This record gives sequence, structure tokens and C-alpha cells, in this order.
Amino acid sequence: MKPTIGNGFYKKNIGIIFTAVSLLLVIPVIYIVSISFSTNEDIIKYGYKLLPVSFSTSAYRYLFKDFGQIINSYIVSITVTVLGTIVSLLLSTMLGYTISRPDYKYKKGVTFYVFFTMLFNGGLVPSYILVSNILHLRNTIWVLILPYLINAWYVILLKGFLASIPLSLIESAYIDNAGELRIFFSIIIPLSKPALASVGLLIAFAYWNDWWLAMLYIEKQNLVPLQYLLYSIMTNLQFLLEKMTANIKVNRAELPAEPIRMAMCVLAAGPMLFVFPFFQRYFVKGLTVGAVKG
Amino acid sequence: MKKAGFNLLHINYKAGYENKKSFNLFLIGLPAMLLLFLFQYVPMFGIIIAFKDFKFNKGIFGSDWAGLSNFKFFFTSEKAFIVTRNAIGLNALFIVFGTVVAIAFALMLFELGKKMVKIFQTILFFPFFISWVVASFAFYALLNYEYGALNNIFEIFGLDPVNWYFESGYWPFLLVLIYLWKNVGYSSILYYTGLMGIDSSYYESAKIDGASKIQQIRYVTIPLLAPIIILLFILNVGRIFYSDFGLFYFVTRDSAALYNVTDVIDTYVYRALKSSTDIGMAAASGLYQSLVGFIMVLASNWFISRVSKENAMF
Repeated sequence: MKPTIGNGFYKKNIGIIFTAVSLLLVIPVIYIVSISFSTNEDIIKYGYKLLPVSFSTSAYRYLFKDFGQIINSYIVSITVTVLGTIVSLLLSTMLGYTISRPDYKYKKGVTFYVFFTMLFNGGLVPSYILVSNILHLRNTIWVLILPYLINAWYVILLKGFLASIPLSLIESAYIDNAGELRIFFSIIIPLSKPALASVGLLIAFAYWNDWWLAMLYIEKQNLVPLQYLLYSIMTNLQFLLEKMTANIKVNRAELPAEPIRMAMCVLAAGPMLFVFPFFQRYFVKGLTVGAVKG
Repeated sequence: MKKAGFNLLHINYKAGYENKKSFNLFLIGLPAMLLLFLFQYVPMFGIIIAFKDFKFNKGIFGSDWAGLSNFKFFFTSEKAFIVTRNAIGLNALFIVFGTVVAIAFALMLFELGKKMVKIFQTILFFPFFISWVVASFAFYALLNYEYGALNNIFEIFGLDPVNWYFESGYWPFLLVLIYLWKNVGYSSILYYTGLMGIDSSYYESAKIDGASKIQQIRYVTIPLLAPIIILLFILNVGRIFYSDFGLFYFVTRDSAALYNVTDVIDTYVYRALKSSTDIGMAAASGLYQSLVGFIMVLASNWFISRVSKENAMF
């Protein structure tokens, strides 16, 4: 039984407080949607409103006429997220498995090798020079995937999960003459599906929401992922408008600039914002285990 | 019988068998180890750039040695002081307010029924999924000088509009609020999970002793929650030299008028690198952050191990 000492009085007040807090939390986001459905004239006249003064979809209609950049960025983001998550999850689980095995001779050493990267790093400048001047990964799709493939944090998390698989299970597979790789794929992976789902989701989320790698290493328009596309239209709306006027031949002044910017934000960020919260419970699990166990 | 036979073999070939097994396991972990080596360990050697007068065309080894002049240049500029002060000061505010508000929310959630908790949890958690880029759009809608919602409201009350992106005085306050907006849901769920783990018999006996609501929180909840509060607190202190780049770069729209208050080590290093004027100094300030950050992590872990051994990381 949950101890509810308070009576209706507490509950009611707390309910009111949380309703107010919830409103404050979502209002900034509602503004984005509202502006995207407003007209330029209303914005100039009344400023940004929580609800559009007169409802208009013209910003979206303009965007649909020149949808190339958004589609392109979706393709980049989806490719990076899918490829990155699969490879990252597989390799991290493999390493996590290695250091989870109590009978692995170099368990301590390798665990430290992984863990140390969480304590110390060379900083931004050396990594930047490595990636762009030595590996020459600038303006390739790989630069959006490779640097995030192995995150020590996820490896340690997975190790924690995998360590709970009883060693006797693995030893009995040895008797059947199974090799390490076969044991890994036919015993370990099926047994750790919930853990893989949890960590996989964290990885996918990190790839999907990333702007950092693009900001550092991408200049080519056709390799710009969604989040970075949003950043560039935030700082440089002019550029977007010029491109649009060139492509769909309209008068610059007719374009609803501010609504277009916000509509782009809605189209680029909106869909996933409805997907991730459904997996909230996995996030909570992954994060709490991580935060408490280290 | 079969098992005994296996054991016999096992003993005979034990040393060779164990070596082979460990070697195979090593191979399974190898791809990830190599990636860690390439993207984590190789850059660690790159810290020598901090001691060079780095030129892109000359490369790391071709560039001239500069001794400690990069560090000298960084520390004698007033920038070093400003970015350090901002990082520590703002992160300290985040830690204090983040902890207090999250615990308060967790305590309040605890009073509500299951269904309500679920609804509010989902809403509180929602900003966590929003990237800082998208968040910067949302707050731009509030803070824009001409059309922004806040200035609209000010106008109704006859107040002068504020040029938010040019007046640095408001930003410590704004940054704390925006930080809470994004993170408080997640951390309050963390504390809420902790609360769920407290045995209800503690509360029952406290009630029998006539403890008021506040007294129950003061003498039952907080002490039992203390280990997780301390742990998260110290973990955050260990990271105090590192800042959430997206918050300080996108949400402030990288407005130079605000640097005095909003510029932190991460944004400073990034801009120095991007402007390519002085890579050596950017590397030096990055190394400064890594080293002091490293010491902070070690110190906070040492501290945790003194407070509660089982919560220490190593």
C-alpha cells in the first residue's frame, strides 16, 4: 500500500500545481506550432500568439512545393540512425559480453580500458583534427556514424545486464562444442533482448537528435541531417528563402518567412516527438540503471 | 559420466584451453576496442597540439613547438576567468535548483494516484525528448524582441520590452529555468523511483507517533533518500567543468552580447576551433578542461567512497 497521509486537500493542491507546471512546460512548444499556422500579416500586427489569430496553412503549402531538402535530411537522419544503432548495439554488446564473462582472463584490464574513456578525453581539438585531417571523413556519411559507435557508458550498462546470465549456461554450450561466436549469437543475444531494446533505444535517440557531428564536419547540403538543417534555418533564414524562391519562383516578399521556419521545425522534429514518449519506460529504465549503478 | 570425462580433459588441457577461450573472447570484443582506441585514445595523444603552434598545412608533427605559450596566452586573457566562472557558477546553480525542484516534484508526485502520476510524468518527461535545436526555436518564440510572447505580455502590463538576446543580466535566471524545463522531469522520475522503494511501514509508525506531513518528509523521506541524492549530487559536481553545449550555444543564439554570462569552456573552445585563428590555444583550453575535469571526477569519486563505499564507481 502506498502511504497517502494527506487527504483530498493535498491531492487537489498538488494536482493544481502540476497542471500549471505542465502548461508552462508545453507552452513554448505550442508557440512553434501556432506560429507555423499563422500568417505573416498577423505576426507583424499582433506578434507571436499562443493560438493563431487567423488559421493558415500557407507556410506548409510553400514547404510542400519545395520539399526536397526536408526529404533529403530525413533520409540522412534515418540512414544514420538505423545503420548507427545496429552496428553500435552489436559491437557494444560484443565488448560488453567479453568483459562480463567472469572467466575472461583480461576482464579487469579491458574493463578499465573502456572505463577510462569516461574519465578523461583528449578534448575537441585533437578529435577534430583526427577526423578531418587524418581520417579525411569530412563531408561523408561515415562521419555522422563512426565517432558515436562505441560509447563507454553503454558498454558498461550492457556489461551489467549481461553479467546476470549464469555462466553454467555457457559452460553447457561448451560441452556441445559450440564456439564463442555461436554462443554469443544463439544464447546470449536471445537472452538479453530486453536489455538490448533499452540500450538500443538510447543509442537511436542519440543518433536521431544529434547536431554536433554535422555542425563540426558537414558542409555538403545533401548530407545535412534534420537537426542540423533546423539549426541552419534558425541562423540563416535568408538562405532558405533564397533557395525556395529560386526553386518555386515566387516573390520573396510573399513568402511567410517566420511561419515557414516554424513549419519546418514542426515537420522535421514533430513525428519523432510522438514516437519517443511511447518508449518512455525504457528510457527511465536505461537511465536510472545508468545513473545509480555507474 | 560424460561430465567427469569432460572435467578430465578440462584439467589436462586447462592452461591451453583457458588461453584459447580468453583469446576468442578477446576477438569478440576487439572491433569495439579498436574503435575506442581510434576515437578516444588517439586524440589523447593529440594533446601535444596544446604545446604546438599548430598550422593545418604543417600537420601535428610539422608544426613548431610553442612550449607553454598557448597556456600563457589563454590564462592571461580575461577569457579564461570568464568561461571558468560561468561554467562553475551556472552548473552549480543547475545542480542546486535541479536537485531541490526534482525532489519537491517527486514528493508531490508521490502524493498522487497512479493514473495522475502517469499523466504528469509523461508531460514532465516530454521536454527531455526535444533537442536543444528545437528548444531554441521554442524559446525564440518567447524571447524575440519584436514579436516574442514575453514582450507581448509585458506590453499588456505597460512594461518596456526587453531585448533578451542582448541583455546578459537576465540570462543566469533564464538559463536555470530552461535547464529545469528540459531536465527536471527526468531527475524527478529518478527520485520518484527512489521514493517508491521506501518501506511504507516507516510512514505508518511515524503517523502513529503523530508526525505531521512535513515532519515525515524531514525525518523519514529525506534521510532514506539521502544516498541517491548524495550520489547524483557528487556525480554532477564531477562534471561541473563540462557544460551542455546545446543549451549555451543554440538557446542563447550564440549572441556575442551575452558571452560575459553565457560563454562556457565548451562554447569557447568550439568557437576558437571554428574561427581557426589559434588552434593551439583552443587545444590548450580544451586540455585545461579535460585535466581539471579529470581531477574533479577523481575527487568526487574519492568523496563518494568515503561517504558510502558501495556507491563509488571505482
